[in-house]
Amino acid sequence: MGSPLQTKRRRKPRVIPGFGLTLGYSLAYLSILVLLPLATLFWQSSKLGWSQFWFVISDPEVVSAMKLSFTASFVAALVNVVFGLLVAWVLARYKFPGKRFLDGIVDLPFALPTSVAGIALAAVYGANGFLGGWLEAHGIKVVYTAVGVTLALVFIGLPFVVRTVQPVMEELEQETEEAAASLGAGRWQTFYRVILPTIAPALLTGFALAFARGVGEYGSVVFISGNLPMKTEIAPVAIMSKLEQFNNPGATAIALVMLTFSFGLLITVHFLQWWSGKRVRQLRSTP
Amino acid sequence: MSIQVSHVDKWFGTYKALDDVTLEVPDGQLLALLGPSGSGKTTLLRTIAGFESPDAGDVRFDGADVTGQRVGERHVGFVFQHYALFRHMSVFENIAFGLRVKSRKDRPSKADIRDKVMELLKLVQLESFAARKPSELSGGQRQRVALARALAVEPKVLLLDEPFGALDAKVRQELRSWLRRLHDEIHVTSVFVTHDQEEALEVADTVVIMNQGRVEQIGSPFEVYEHPRTPFVYNFLGNVNLFHGRPISGESLQTEFGALNGRTNGPASVIGFVRPHELEVARVENGSSSMSAVVLQLLPAGPTARIKLELAENGAYVEAQVSQETYRELDLKIGEQVFVKPRKVRVFPEDYSI
Amino acid sequence: MSRVPARRKLATEDPIFAKVLLTVAAVIFLGLFLVAPLVAVFQGALANGVTAYLHAIRQPEAIQAIELTLTAAAFAVPLNLIFGLASSWAITKFEFPGKSILIALIELPVAVSPVISGLIFVLMFGTRGVLGPWLVAHNLKVIFAVPGIIMATTFVTFPFIAREVMPTMQSQGTEEEQAALSLGANGWQVFWKVTLPNVRWALIYGVILCNARAMGEFGAVSVVSAHIRGRTNTLPLYVELLYNDYDFVGAFAAASLLTFLALVTLVAKSVAAWWTERSVALY
Repeated sequence: MGSPLQTKRRRKPRVIPGFGLTLGYSLAYLSILVLLPLATLFWQSSKLGWSQFWFVISDPEVVSAMKLSFTASFVAALVNVVFGLLVAWVLARYKFPGKRFLDGIVDLPFALPTSVAGIALAAVYGANGFLGGWLEAHGIKVVYTAVGVTLALVFIGLPFVVRTVQPVMEELEQETEEAAASLGAGRWQTFYRVILPTIAPALLTGFALAFARGVGEYGSVVFISGNLPMKTEIAPVAIMSKLEQFNNPGATAIALVMLTFSFGLLITVHFLQWWSGKRVRQLRSTP
Repeated sequence: MSIQVSHVDKWFGTYKALDDVTLEVPDGQLLALLGPSGSGKTTLLRTIAGFESPDAGDVRFDGADVTGQRVGERHVGFVFQHYALFRHMSVFENIAFGLRVKSRKDRPSKADIRDKVMELLKLVQLESFAARKPSELSGGQRQRVALARALAVEPKVLLLDEPFGALDAKVRQELRSWLRRLHDEIHVTSVFVTHDQEEALEVADTVVIMNQGRVEQIGSPFEVYEHPRTPFVYNFLGNVNLFHGRPISGESLQTEFGALNGRTNGPASVIGFVRPHELEVARVENGSSSMSAVVLQLLPAGPTARIKLELAENGAYVEAQVSQETYRELDLKIGEQVFVKPRKVRVFPEDYSI
Repeated sequence: MSRVPARRKLATEDPIFAKVLLTVAAVIFLGLFLVAPLVAVFQGALANGVTAYLHAIRQPEAIQAIELTLTAAAFAVPLNLIFGLASSWAITKFEFPGKSILIALIELPVAVSPVISGLIFVLMFGTRGVLGPWLVAHNLKVIFAVPGIIMATTFVTFPFIAREVMPTMQSQGTEEEQAALSLGANGWQVFWKVTLPNVRWALIYGVILCNARAMGEFGAVSVVSAHIRGRTNTLPLYVELLYNDYDFVGAFAAASLLTFLALVTLVAKSVAAWWTERSVALY
């Protein structure tokens, strides 16, 4: 809320020391470790030239890899919206034995190295795995298919949805739901008319985060997908194979497309958070 | 519609929030549940609404038992302390909510919903705010939207939980008299919870004073203020001076520092209660119940002036309230010796705890 | 008339069948997706018994992978710790233009695919990279060597400590610091005696998370490492190597060490969260 004093803002001496030192150090470290290397990528790709860039990007193998990465990540993020909401709902609202364990294990995909996740998923859902065998008997092949890629991305993306939705669920005011009930709304009506719109920004944020993570994911996918060109090769694997052929420009071109996409999503997420945060703040700050 | 609450108990774990509560709200009345925090007033309101189920006793509307009904089935309008507006909906959508969630056969047509909402917006004087979001309204406006939302379903009973609790003093004043006028207009049986005695006495037809889960007294504002039945009620409805003592005859009370006039009711040890405005301050001694005191502090600001004094006899602090005119006439100085005399004393047995 | 009515549902409580149904669905989902892979790791590691397991993790190559993993973490964690504290201090205690941009930049590495994180270091330090000719001329090797692994690891784990410490430091405000300064403490004393104790749980949690990611990073390290057995293999890379060699017991045995680390991280997270909650509740 603007105060009349703000219009004539004067430079006040800083009370707390250390501003120059900490900001300077942070900026230097950030520049050397993050900004400079990232800038190199953009600089290198600008040397590529449009036609060469297009030549790499329009290669059917690359197109197929990017298509798979985007569609599988999108589908996996959608699956996570449904199941992530379910898990967040159950963890935020119900009491049951083993809840603490489940709550803790939701973060496993964050904490588990992706290569471990990859071989573990391949073991569980492979033809010899106890779930893979059952699925294969029912005509669903997971390993070396797009299904397997999606499945690994569901694993990786789950905590993003749960951990963005869960705190919002926990902060939902009980009064709002009581108000709906006193006005004659049933539980289901209360859910989709009152609760769902309230948690929608968080769900959307979780979706975007899971989607972005899925597009870039490498380790947990490569073991279950088998990396068959034109079939189960994902975009990060395409970059890898260009690098292995010492085709740095090719790798750079694909990386550029993916980075642009991730940054776009990141900005969207920031906007979403700002927007939903603003709505909450407004309601609380006015008397 | 009248409300009957009989012998209701409510436990939260080992804490008894309601203890054998019985009361009746006649049809069309505006009743205030008044008490300090933790007195059970909100729990009682929520029990009437159906948000809480009593552990014993029952709740009836017009004589029909609704104890087993859910909140949605009771057709009550409930206004929450913090409004609980749906923040993603406009003012219009908020008010229309109760009509939209009706089953298809009961649901009014779109045009009817529109008319109804506009009518309510007019009633709460917010016609031009239909498209606003709750976040764009002031506290008082939100409260009125919450009220209109509750009224949209044409409730048989209107329940308000600390309706003005979150507002600043001036808006509180305005909404208070507005609520009274509104109630006179629509005449729906209403119960509201408050911890502000002034609010209860000003707005309600009947005041129910609660303490520690029990009903202390039920009566009109005049009754409860002028004839408090318990020391708690006396103390809660305004400032009070305490005098300890024992009765000496039917009509007088022997205190540590002298005799006071007042009806006594038997026990060996009693407390006399005197409101500040019923304590006379004078320069000269006037009868046996006049007590010597020293002026400690003078507080002349406000509609009446307040004088804080220390009794010479036992060093107890008392407060007197006099008109500005009397205050000027007295022209007191701090440290001056004066005499105080109660005009009216309410006496309760000592074992009453407050 | 007095009776005790049967306990009824509250208005905001779901019907019991919905509760059971949803809980069971959530448990099954988490079981299939999270618990099953966890079990599979230990099952695979112990497939040929304990002796085979112990033999697998005592291989010299395994020991070397562990050492390199620890080395990478030993660089990445302290570097990012200092950065996390410095950037949190600058961002939460002061107002300056461009603050939100700085916060967004700190988050950047999270949005970058691990493979791309590796790629950018190849583009800088690889033989065909920007600094490649200079490095070759001075006989220095970064890519396909230990320095590259350390750099990629530090990049990937860059925001982890800052993003944990910053919100906590933000919520503490600056009043306590101002009080300490008014009592005559200098900047360092304020930091050590007031600020640091206030954010210690967030800091510990950030370090744990950062460490877990540093030890577990696979994609980025995979790009900058030459996968040379016994030389530039970290534990996650070693897992891949054995798996592709069809040495499943060995792969899962190595994986079990990393899984154990992940589980410790999760427990530590719960404990840290519990402590934060408790210290908040104490106020």
